[in-house]
Amino acid sequence: MNIGNLIKIAISSLFRNKMRTALTMLGIVIGIASVIAMVSIGQASTQSVKSELSTMGSNMIMIMPARQHRGGVDMGMSSSKSLDDKDLLSIQKNTRYVAAVSPMVSSAKQLIYGNNNHSCSVNGVSDAYLEIRKYELADGVMFTEEDVKRYNKVCVIGQTVVKELFTNGENPIGKSIRFGSIPMTVIGVLDSKGQNGMGEDQDDIVLAPYTTIQKRFLGINYFNMLFASATSEDESELAATEITYILRSNHGIKSGATDDFDIRTQEELVSTISSVTSLMTTLLAAIASISLVVGGIGIMNIMYVTVTERTKEIGLRMAIGAHNRDIMLQFLCESVILSLIGGIIGIIFGLIIAYVASKLMHMPYVVSEMAILGSFLVCAITGIFFGWYPAKKAANMDPISALRYE
Amino acid sequence: MEKDILKVENLERVFRVGSEDVHALRGVSFSIKEGEFVSIMGTSGSGKSTLLNILGCLDTPSAGDYIIDGVSIRNLSKNELSTLRNRKIGFVFQNYNLLARTTALENVELPLFYNNTVPAKERRERAEAALKLVGLEKRMEHKPNQLSGGQQQRVAIARALVNDPVILLADEATGNLDTRTSYEIMSLFQDLHEQGKTIAFVTHEPDIATFTTRKIKLRDGQIIEDAPINTQSAAEALAAINLQKED
Ligand SMILES: Nc1ncnc2c1ncn2[C@@H]1O[C@H](COP(=O)(O)OP(=O)(O)O)[C@@H](O)[C@H]1O
Ligand SMILES: [Mg+2]
Repeated sequence: MNIGNLIKIAISSLFRNKMRTALTMLGIVIGIASVIAMVSIGQASTQSVKSELSTMGSNMIMIMPARQHRGGVDMGMSSSKSLDDKDLLSIQKNTRYVAAVSPMVSSAKQLIYGNNNHSCSVNGVSDAYLEIRKYELADGVMFTEEDVKRYNKVCVIGQTVVKELFTNGENPIGKSIRFGSIPMTVIGVLDSKGQNGMGEDQDDIVLAPYTTIQKRFLGINYFNMLFASATSEDESELAATEITYILRSNHGIKSGATDDFDIRTQEELVSTISSVTSLMTTLLAAIASISLVVGGIGIMNIMYVTVTERTKEIGLRMAIGAHNRDIMLQFLCESVILSLIGGIIGIIFGLIIAYVASKLMHMPYVVSEMAILGSFLVCAITGIFFGWYPAKKAANMDPISALRYE
Repeated sequence: MEKDILKVENLERVFRVGSEDVHALRGVSFSIKEGEFVSIMGTSGSGKSTLLNILGCLDTPSAGDYIIDGVSIRNLSKNELSTLRNRKIGFVFQNYNLLARTTALENVELPLFYNNTVPAKERRERAEAALKLVGLEKRMEHKPNQLSGGQQQRVAIARALVNDPVILLADEATGNLDTRTSYEIMSLFQDLHEQGKTIAFVTHEPDIATFTTRKIKLRDGQIIEDAPINTQSAAEALAAINLQKED
C-alpha cells in the first residue's frame, strides 16, 4: 500500500475515536509542553543572569578578606581586617593590568531628609568606583580625590534613594541629608540601573568618600572589600594574579600558606552562575522528560488495548487484502501521528507557558529551537517505539481467528 | 460458461487440537464454472466454513490442490495470498464486518485502498457504483449504526463487489437476518448472478439454497451430494410473503 493511503487510513481510524485519540494525546501534550516550557524558562533565566552580570562590569574584580575559621566556627569575612590603605596604594601603583581600584566600606544608616526617611547601606568608595561598577551620573558630579583626602561630607545617591527622600520632586543636588546625626551634602545623582541578576535594586545606593565612612561613621582604618577593574576582560585573570602577588607580599604570607583574602573575577562569577543555571535547566528538562515517558507509555497502553478491541477490524482488513506489513504500518502510523500531533500541540502550549512565565518573572522570552527540534524527534521516536509492539501484535494475527473474535 | 473459475482436488484440512487431529475436510473435489451460483450446504460442523476459507485464500489446505482463476495457490506466500484475495475474491460475512463509525461509502472503498493500481478518484467512483448496484445510492454517507441489518449486509455485498472479483464468497450471509430480509438479500444475489457474477454461498437453511443453481452438500468433511437445483425466484418468494402478510 502506498504511504498516502496508509496515512489516510490511519487518520480516519484516529478520527473514528476522537475522545480516545484526544486522551491518548494528552499525555504527550503534557510531556512535551513541560519539556519545552522548562528548557525555555531555564535558558531565559541563564540569559538574564548573564546579561545582568555583564551590566555590573565584565572586567570587574572583587577582593574580599578570606572567611576566617576559628575552631571550626565560621567567623564571616567582616571579622577580617586584612585589607587596608597600604594594599590599596600598592595595587594602584604596582600593577600593569589593573585599570582602577576602589575600596569599599559599608555602614547601614537611617537617611533623613525633611519628614522622609529611608534605611540603606552607605558605601564608602573612591572616585574610581563609578567606572569599575559601570554607574553613570544622571546629574551633578562625583566626589573627587580631594573630597577623599579631606573626609568631606558629600555623597552621590541612586534613583531609589531620590524617590524615597525627595518626594516633592525637588532637585536633590546641593541638599543636605542627615545620616543618623551627620549631615551630608548631595553632589550627584546616579542613572538608574534597575535590578541585578539576584533581584537586588542597584539604585538603592548611597556613595560617599571611603575616608568619610571610615573616620566619621565607623572609626576604623581597614576596608570591607576592594573593587578593581582589569584593563580588559581578557586580562582579568592576569590582573587577579598581580593583585594576589601584591597582597600576599603585603600581608607577609609565606609560600605554601593560604591567602587571607579571596579574589573573584566577574568572568568566574559568570561561568559559575551560568553553569549552575544550565545544570538547573538540564535538571528541569530531565524531570519534564519523565512525563514524556509516561505519555509514551500511555500511547503504548491505548494502542495495545486498541489492537485487541479492533481484532475484527484487523481480520477484515486482512481478508480484503491487507498485507501483514500494511496492518503493522497502519498501527505504527496511528501511534506516530498521535504522538506528533500531541507533540505539536505540546510545543505550542509549552511556548505559551514559557511566554507567560517570562512576563511574570521579568525575564527574556527564549525560544529554544534545539528543544523544539528535540521534542519533535522524541515524539516521532516515542510513537515508533511505543507503537511497535502493539503494531507487531496486530500484524501477526491470523485473519480467520481475528474475524471470529468476539 | 465453460471456463473453470476455481477447482479443488482431494482437498484435506486437518486441525491439530491438543494431541488430537480434527479432520475438517477429507478429500473434497469439485470445480465451479464461470456464472454458477453454488450453495454449499451441510449441518453445523460439516466443514462448510473451512472449505470457504480455503476457497477464499484465507486458509491453505493440509493436502490437495486448489486452483483459482488459473493460479495454483500451493506455492504462494502470505503476501501473495493477500494480494490474490484483494484482486480476485469478494467476501460476505454473516455478521457484515463493517467498520463502525465509518460511512457506507468509506467501508466500500476499503478494499481498493489496498490496491495501488486504483487512484483515489476511481476508488470513489467504483465504490459509488457498487453501492448503486445494491440499491443504496441514497445511503452512501450513512454509518453502520444508522442502517438496518439488511442494509448493512448490502453495504458488505457492495464492498465484496467493488474490486470486481472473479467469485463472491458468502458464509451464512443471511444467518443474522429475518426471512423477509433474507429473501431480499437472496434476490440481490440472484440479480448479481443474472449479471454474470459467480457465487459460492454457504448456508445451512434449505430454503435459501433453493435460490441457487447448484447444491454441494457436505457431511463430516466430505461431499455427499453435488447436483443442479430447480432454481426458485427469490423475488417471487418475497412477493408471496408480502401477500401472506396482507391477509
Ligand atoms: N481453527 C480450528 N481449530 C480446530 N478445529 C477447527 C478449527 N476450525 C474448524 N474446526 C473444526 O472443523 C470442523 C468444521 O468446522 P466448520 O468448517 O467451521 O463447520 P461449519 O462451518 O460447517 O459449521 C468442526 O469440527 C470444527 O470444530
Ligand atoms: Mg460455519
